[in-house]
Amino acid sequence: MTGALVFPAVDLRAIGPALVLAITGVVVLLLDLLPPRDRKDHLGLVGLAGVVASLVLTLRMWGADARAFRGMVALDGYALFFNLVIGYATGLVLLLSMDYVRRQGMESGEFYILVLFSAVGMLLMASATDLIVIFLALETMSLSLYVLAGFFRGRIEAGEASMKYFLLGAFASGFFLYGIALIFGATGSTNLDRIAAAIAAGAGRDPLLVIGAGLLLVGFGFKISLVPFHLWTSDVYEGAPTAITAFIATGSKAAAFAALLRVLTASVRAAPLDWAALLSVLAVLSMTVGNVIAIAQQNLKRMLAYSSIAHVGYMLVGVVAGGTLGHGSVLFYLLVYTFTTGGAFGVILLLEKNGREAVRLADYGGLALRHPMMALALSVFLLSLIGIPPTAGFVGKFYLFGAAVRAGYVWLAVIGALNSALAAYYYLRLIVYMYMRDPDPGGPTVMVPSFAGSLALVVAVWGVVQLGVLPAPLLDLAQAAVAPLLAAR
Amino acid sequence: MLLTVVTFLPALGALLVFFLPRGRPDLVKATGFGVAAATFLASVPLYLRFDGADASYQFVEHRPWMPSLGIGYHLGIDGISLLLVLLTTFLMPLTLLSAWHAIESRWKEFAITMLLLETGMVGVFVALDLFLFYVFWEAMLVPMYLIIGIWGGSNRVYAAIKFILYTLTGSLLMLVAILALYFRYGAATGTYTFDLPVLAQFVLPHGRAQDLLFLAFALAFAIKVPMFPFHTWLPDAHVEAPTAGSVILAGVLLKMGTYGFLRFCLPLFPDASVRFTPWMFALAVIGIIYGAWVSMVQPDIKKLVAYSSVSHLGFVVLGLFTLTPQGLVGGIIQMVNHGLSTGALFLVVGMLYERRHTRLIAEFGGLWKPLPALSALFLIVCLSSMGLPGLNGFVGEFLILIGAFQVDRTLAVFATTGIIFAAVYLLWMYQRVIFGVITNEANRRLPDLSAREWAILLPILLLIVWIGVYPASFTGMTEASVEALIAQVQAKAAAPAAALLVPAVVGR
Repeated sequence: MTGALVFPAVDLRAIGPALVLAITGVVVLLLDLLPPRDRKDHLGLVGLAGVVASLVLTLRMWGADARAFRGMVALDGYALFFNLVIGYATGLVLLLSMDYVRRQGMESGEFYILVLFSAVGMLLMASATDLIVIFLALETMSLSLYVLAGFFRGRIEAGEASMKYFLLGAFASGFFLYGIALIFGATGSTNLDRIAAAIAAGAGRDPLLVIGAGLLLVGFGFKISLVPFHLWTSDVYEGAPTAITAFIATGSKAAAFAALLRVLTASVRAAPLDWAALLSVLAVLSMTVGNVIAIAQQNLKRMLAYSSIAHVGYMLVGVVAGGTLGHGSVLFYLLVYTFTTGGAFGVILLLEKNGREAVRLADYGGLALRHPMMALALSVFLLSLIGIPPTAGFVGKFYLFGAAVRAGYVWLAVIGALNSALAAYYYLRLIVYMYMRDPDPGGPTVMVPSFAGSLALVVAVWGVVQLGVLPAPLLDLAQAAVAPLLAAR
Repeated sequence: MLLTVVTFLPALGALLVFFLPRGRPDLVKATGFGVAAATFLASVPLYLRFDGADASYQFVEHRPWMPSLGIGYHLGIDGISLLLVLLTTFLMPLTLLSAWHAIESRWKEFAITMLLLETGMVGVFVALDLFLFYVFWEAMLVPMYLIIGIWGGSNRVYAAIKFILYTLTGSLLMLVAILALYFRYGAATGTYTFDLPVLAQFVLPHGRAQDLLFLAFALAFAIKVPMFPFHTWLPDAHVEAPTAGSVILAGVLLKMGTYGFLRFCLPLFPDASVRFTPWMFALAVIGIIYGAWVSMVQPDIKKLVAYSSVSHLGFVVLGLFTLTPQGLVGGIIQMVNHGLSTGALFLVVGMLYERRHTRLIAEFGGLWKPLPALSALFLIVCLSSMGLPGLNGFVGEFLILIGAFQVDRTLAVFATTGIIFAAVYLLWMYQRVIFGVITNEANRRLPDLSAREWAILLPILLLIVWIGVYPASFTGMTEASVEALIAQVQAKAAAPAAALLVPAVVGR
């Protein structure tokens, strides 16, 4: 028989962790139809169980190097590392959301379902080794996030956030897809390995490839909010529900970085383009623009949005440095950044003033007197964002700048260091408000953090301190995760 | 283990205070003071068991921390750091005692921050691993920032931010320099390490790279000292800080800058240090004279004392960069002297402030009558600060000037004028505050020293006289280390580029 269909060997192990989350998402979707109708937090718990199962699977598969779907997906050490980061971010968001969405009167099953589906997209981005799969995963993640960003549909900022995120995101997707098409035209493949092979064979001289690679960078730049593709960031961060802001800032950024680094190292870095110069310029722009604008912000969510832009700049310094050390430091920094920023948004989310979120700087006056533990937790996160030892942020920056110095980019490390001093100003300003101002009588009341909320914060603080004092095991893990990626070339 | 105990006992104490009930301020105060006093007692054996004839590091502890990066938990002290560790542990219980009533709110938080600060400060002086040193150096900024910002005066937030941004900028550039040194050493030898004694044996090639590294380190230290023209954060920080903060700031924090020059700049970058010596001299002498002149015209006693620090620290830097045994020993002794004398001056100013809630010289006058004991002790402290023979200040400044005279006579002459100006601003201030007739009725019925205040000032006065009369019990501890350091610097500056010295030559 000539017409026999040959099915590719499907190895589901390679998408195991993502599959677990996807199944959980479907289960939650079904459970949502069953009573009780007035309470939905059990759905959060089911989602959380799925995240834990996915993390456990990730740990059990540690050391695996499974490839499947004809080399479109790989579950290697690199993907597994990102599974940890993304899994943690998803768990944190679910923990924080459970009473947050109820308090805001927006509790519904869809919230959890969308979080889970977007996490599936994120996990797939980390393991995709084919541009088409990366694009599909990116869209899975983004479409869920577009909806989530506008989830508080009664608020006008939520509409703006969702609209802006969607429109600019759609443009970015367009750029991305066009980039894929051009690269396909130049190399005849969308598979990262085959693209690399084609470039090595001489396709690199094709201008289509260079343009395509540049367009891919624009698409990624949008997702990681790199200057000059950052314009959506502050509005989306401000308008989205805080738990989702945390998710966009940590999970989606980690996922986009995962795909970006894989695409860069595995294939297009060989393209005849001065990547180091290009990325250095973007890094400097991102650090400086992010920090300078953050200084002027009075709204905490906007401030953290610009701060996240600056942190992307720091991470790009590691990408420029390259090598095991450079890329390893980026991975480690992403982990640190996820703990830190996730925690900071967690504190913001638990504070409320007259029934709305307390996001203005002035709301934090004298917080240390009224809620000492909340103020302490937020201070730990802020010190880590500045990079003061013995917090994780310090080790992360130390490692990034170390990689830059080693690779000969001392000037980039110096600019990063000066930017850190600049950034200290606005982080410290919040500490000034919390510790050095008198409490504002109309200041925020803490929603007594539920068990889930407290757990989320305790884990985040623990992570920030642990990674700051004993970072060695995870530093080694991060380096080990990127090593095969680089060695294959 | 002793150094670990001295370093981390305060941090443990801070944890203990954290769990004390907020409603019992007396318990909190007693615990805080008790921990600081216990730390001092724990540090006394360092002095007793220290071998002054041995130039190598003593009480060494060395354990791997992040072995894959060559980062170790390496502690040790020599004659250079011994006295500074003791100064820190000695001043801390006294400052806590001085804050007994002066700090009115949030004593619990105050005790925690002060104890964490102590861990940071001791850590800076005992760390022998560049990474570990940097961790302590940076971690210590935050408690000081909080002390100024929470318990300070009316303009405290501005002063606190200025303090931390200045120091942070300097130290972040130093971080890049530390990394650059690490990779240079690694590239040259194949072993990557942050261990100071190992790095100190490495002779960097003479030239631009060494100069830049030196400048990055020197900037961080110069801001901390502070040397002219990086001193502008100091008066703000001092004036706004509570008394306890000012005492620690002047007594210990400023010493970290001069200590840094001694511990890192000289042995790591000997060639660049020698090349930049004229610049350091110039800035030091400008600092001495400028600080003294500006002190003279201050209407606020605390600001006067703050600017006098710029002048006194100028002497220290001058002494260190003469690279003569006298200059270095004098510089080290002068660091201790400044900690004691200026610390005591700030304490007395704090006591006056507690009585009158003002620090303006014009508000006082004729205090001898109501406050004879305070006035007498104040006089001794002023005389010690201006370098009267028989008291501690003389020993340090005299040795520094001997060192400076050997190097450059003009320099020594200019520096000496600083001592004369010191006499002018201190005695003139003293005269206006203490002598004369009482012009302000509020000064008539002030209470004299309480038992607590005696207990704060007497130990300091005892040391002031001890160092003045028999300095050998302190200089004797430093001489061997200082000579070894000078020998090391000279050997390295003369060594051929990019050669590794045989450890035996360096001896440390």
